[in-house]
Formats: sequence, C-alpha cells, structure tokens
Amino acid sequence: MHLKSKLAGAALAAAVALGISTAAQAQLKVGFVYVGPIGDHGWSYEHNQGRLAIEKALGDAVTTTYVEKVPEGADAQRVISKLASTGHGLIFTTSFGYMNPTLRVAKQFPKVKFEHATGFKRAPNMSTYSARFYEGRYVVGKIVGKMTKSNILGYVASFPIPEVIRGINATILAARSVNPDIKIKVVWVSSWFDPGKEADAAKTLIDQGADIIMQHTDSPAPVQVAEQRGVWAVGQASDMTHFGPKAHLTAIMDNWGPYYIARAKAVIDGTWDSKDTWDGFAPGMVKLAPYNKAIPADVVALAEETRKGIIAGTIHPFAGEIKDQSGKVIVPAGKTADDGMLAGMNVYVEGVDGTIPK
Amino acid sequence: MIDWLVPALLTIVTAATPLVFAAVGETVVEKAGVLNLGVEGMMIIGAIAAFAVAVSTGSGTLAVLAGAVAGLLLALIFGLLTVYLQSNQVATGLALTIFGLGLSALIGHSYVGKTFAGLPKLDIPGITSIPVIGPLLFGHDALVYLSVVSVILVTWFLNRTRAGLLVRAVGENHDAAHSIGYSVTLIRLGAILFGGALAGIGGAYLSVAYTPLWVENMTAGRGWIALALVVFASWKPWRAFFGAYLFGGITIIQLYAQGMGVEVSAQFLSMLPYLATVIVLVIISRDKARARLNAPACLGRNFHASG
Repeated sequence: MHLKSKLAGAALAAAVALGISTAAQAQLKVGFVYVGPIGDHGWSYEHNQGRLAIEKALGDAVTTTYVEKVPEGADAQRVISKLASTGHGLIFTTSFGYMNPTLRVAKQFPKVKFEHATGFKRAPNMSTYSARFYEGRYVVGKIVGKMTKSNILGYVASFPIPEVIRGINATILAARSVNPDIKIKVVWVSSWFDPGKEADAAKTLIDQGADIIMQHTDSPAPVQVAEQRGVWAVGQASDMTHFGPKAHLTAIMDNWGPYYIARAKAVIDGTWDSKDTWDGFAPGMVKLAPYNKAIPADVVALAEETRKGIIAGTIHPFAGEIKDQSGKVIVPAGKTADDGMLAGMNVYVEGVDGTIPK
Repeated sequence: MIDWLVPALLTIVTAATPLVFAAVGETVVEKAGVLNLGVEGMMIIGAIAAFAVAVSTGSGTLAVLAGAVAGLLLALIFGLLTVYLQSNQVATGLALTIFGLGLSALIGHSYVGKTFAGLPKLDIPGITSIPVIGPLLFGHDALVYLSVVSVILVTWFLNRTRAGLLVRAVGENHDAAHSIGYSVTLIRLGAILFGGALAGIGGAYLSVAYTPLWVENMTAGRGWIALALVVFASWKPWRAFFGAYLFGGITIIQLYAQGMGVEVSAQFLSMLPYLATVIVLVIISRDKARARLNAPACLGRNFHASG
C-alpha cells in the first residue's frame, strides 16, 4: 500500500513536470469552464464551438482543455484553480456565477490570464466579455414587424433582468418602426430551462393571438410548438431550424470563436491586457441563423440593411426618441442610450403589454 | 372567452398527464408500504428510453413501452436494494433519482438536437370537430386516455380485488400479512415495479408527446410534484388525478393571466401551484385521526421475516 502510494506520487510528479515542460516549449494551454453540458444545444455548446475554433485557427501553438457542467459556487473555484495550477496560461470561465470564484483564483495565480463571460469584476489578469445580443434582437424585430398578420408578438421570457428586458425593448422598438400597430405579449416562465413550461407559455401566447413566438429561454420547445401550430418562431443561442423547419424565421446566435482566437493570440504574442469587451455584429460575436426561405425578399433586404447599418454605426437600436410605458422620454431625440443605461435597463419601452414583474 | 378557454383546457391536460401517471404509480407503491423517492429518476430514464426508441424506430407504441420498461428496470434496482437487502428507503430513493438523472444524461448525449414528430392525436371525423366537447373529449393522444384508464383500473384494483387487498394489507401491517402466509417481499417488489413502469410512461409522455425532444433534466422536478400529489391525495388514485389537474391548471392559468396582462408578479404566480399543494396538505391533515387512517401504517418501514 505504502509503495503503491509512493509510486502514484512519483507518477503524479512526473506528470506535473511534463505539464510544465510542455508549457515551457511555448505551447499555450487554454482552459474552459462550462456551466452546462456541451450537448445543451445552446449556451455551453456555443462556447465549446469557440474552443474548437481556437484549435483550428492556432493548431500546434495551443492545446485546449474543458470541464463541463461545473456548478456555480465552491466547485467552480476548485475547478478553475485546478486548471490554473496545471499549466494553463489562459482560462475562460463562461457563466455569470463564476465571477467571484474566477476573481479569487486570479489573485492566487497572477501569471495566468483569466477571461470571464458576462460579469463586471476585473483584475490586472482578468478580463470580462459579453455579446450585444440586443443588436440581433433589433434585426429580428424588423423581420417580425413585417411578418406578423395578427400584430401580436409572443415572447417567452426567463427572468426580469436587464439582459432580457433589453432584448424585449430592442424587439418592440424595431417592430414598431416598421409597423406602428404592433403589440408584444410577454410571458415569464421563471426558468432558463424547462421545456414543458416553455412549450406551455408558447401555446398560451398563440392561443391569445400571437402569430410569432420569440424566446429568451434555452430549450427548443417553443420553436417546436410554433411548428405544430403553424405560426412563426425565432430561435435562441443556436440555429434551431430543424426543430421547426417551416416556423423558424431565423435565430440570434452566439459566436465566440473570433474573440477566443484573438485573446489566445494576444497571450502568445505577449500583448494580452485586462479589458472589458462588449461586442455585437461588427466583430461577428453575434450572428443570425440563415433566414427562412419563406421571408419575402424585401424583408430580407430590410433585415440585411439594418444589420449592416448597425455594423457601420449608422443605426443604433436604442436611438432617441424613446419613451417608456408611461410616456416619459428616456432617450431624447438625437441621442443614443449609453452602455451604462443599456447594462442596467429595467423599464419597458412604449408598446410592450403588461408590467415587469418585481 | 370560449375561444381561448378550450385551448387552455387542452394545455392543462398535457401538463397534468405526466403527473397523473407518476402519482398513480407511486400511490400503489406507497399503499404497499414502500416510500420510493426515486420518481424523478424513473421518469427521466423513461423519457430518454422512449425518445431513443422513438427516434430509431419511429413508433410511438414501442417508445412508450420502452419508457415503461426503463422505469421498471430502475425500480427493480430500488426493489432489490430495499426489499431484499434492507437498505434505507429514503436514501435509496434519493440515490435512484440522482442515478437516473446522470444515467439519462449519459445515454442521451447523442440524442440532443434530434426530433420526433410526436404521438398522433385522436381524430374521429365529425366528432372531434364538435365545438368545445369534441376537442376536449376526443382530441388527445392515446396516453391521455391511458392515464384516465390507469386511474380507474388502479382504484378498482386497490379497492375491489383480492390482490389489491393484499397490497394494502402489506402496507398496513406487514408482520400480520407475513404471519398468515403472504410473501411481503414479493408483493412489495411487484408494487415497486408497477410504480416504476408508470413513472417511466409519465417520462415517456414528456419526451414523445408533451415536448417531443430530448434535453438533459427535462423532467424539471415533476417527479417531486408527483410525490407531493400522493400525500395531497391522501393515497387515493382518483384524488391524485384531480390533484394533477389542479396543479396543471394553476400552472397554465398563471401563464394565461400573464399573457392577458394581469398585474401579478410572475414569481408569485409560479409559486401558486406549490402554495395550493401546501394549503390542501394542511387542510387534509388537520384531522389527525383521519390523516392517519389514510396513510399506510407501515409506510417507509423495511420488513424482515425475523421480526
């Protein structure tokens, strides 16, 4: 028994030495921590696509490791610190709840670079990054504004946080710009992920007259319901076309690859610095799934024009004048909402039915 | 109002059906004196087995059978451990849920993103199209009718048959049942397997009829609700049936209320079904003597012939 444990210890030491020596040969080890399984067909799946993009782009210069289904909390710190202590030079932690664990590990390992998704705490060796999904929602808003016949949009929402409210507002602002009579109904399911309840919410909205179902929840169930009931749907996080080939207008997709490649390169070149990145269409962090062939050409043209305008900076989804539900001007004419206001958005704009749950 | 009432009621039926299966199955298990907390695990394993078979064969019937068999097999593990090896029922049941969730995720890895057309709905020309009554009574898939039949059969079995009497006897006083020559272990194992099969069908309903897709953890706590419904129903299958519809009804009505702009917080509305369950539990257990009369006296107690 004693001998065995000694042997195991020696093997471990050898493995650690080996790990350090490969790192010394300038091969960057990049670690990823995912909150879901990579097979979730949504959030974690897309982060893993980003990891594969690094491997493809940088080849032998990097090796990558990932740990999936890591609960937010004490386990996360253990996993991150394990990655940091096994020769990883760059670690991506891809869920909001990893913020404090990442920060604590970053302090312990000042030479390792950390990248935390969707958070707001930074350190000299810890950056943050997120995507401007509302840009995608704005383009979608233009499409649905043209496609609806009942003038009622249905929106399956998760939790009333700024990220979600921003998406609802961007959608209705765009939709009303092409169709002033349009209304949006929002149903909160109080979950990121409950296929049954998401499906029920979608059915409810369709029963109440919505002919387009949008969602800010993670399962493809709403798209499936839309297909069964013969209405339109917009997917979330990844291309959900095959869950509703007829219904699926497009989807707002995450695309982390370009950012991940750029950051890994920066570490290799020694140009990495701590910063906050909030990117949208322009660098390709947000993408749209292929448009449904049933969308008329002029609507596709309008959507593309909007998307290109956002990239060029000539169109801003939150350009004034914007009023809230009570009619109070929240963004004056000629101004655009700044990032601070976007990040903390907690009111509905004019045109949204109902109130935000408190 | 009628134009949204019918679809709302139809949605309630789909929300209640998986709960009916799981709760009725667990009622029989508990009537035999066994507390199986692994309902969630048996449901999810039934869901993945049914979905896998549905995708590979395209047959809804085979899919539901696979769900039942998968639930039964998982229940068999529980039965062997608790009935024969005398392991603690609460701990084993919890372990079964955790095991089921993990195993289903492992099996389901390659089924994420696959689709299935779903079970066909009954459609009798001329009858299903009768306004209101037609779709409500004759517009469902086969499993919905099976759930109603299962309630009737289980009620009849428990109250009107000799075998049902034995199940209840074993649950009320296993020593007495043993002393007059009945096999407590076999009867309990049978009840456990039946409960597992029904939970598996409940899971199958989720993955092939309710939302025909596979995603990890798609039962999302419905097994636990089914467990609560058994107590809520004071171990009567028909009450469990109404409990499931009440629970499904409140869940769906709060979604409709939101869509119609009723100003109540979503969190409060989401809480309502659970709140209703707690209130009913308080009401029915107010009279201690009656509550005790309904609860199987040997519930959760292991049996060993040595005494």
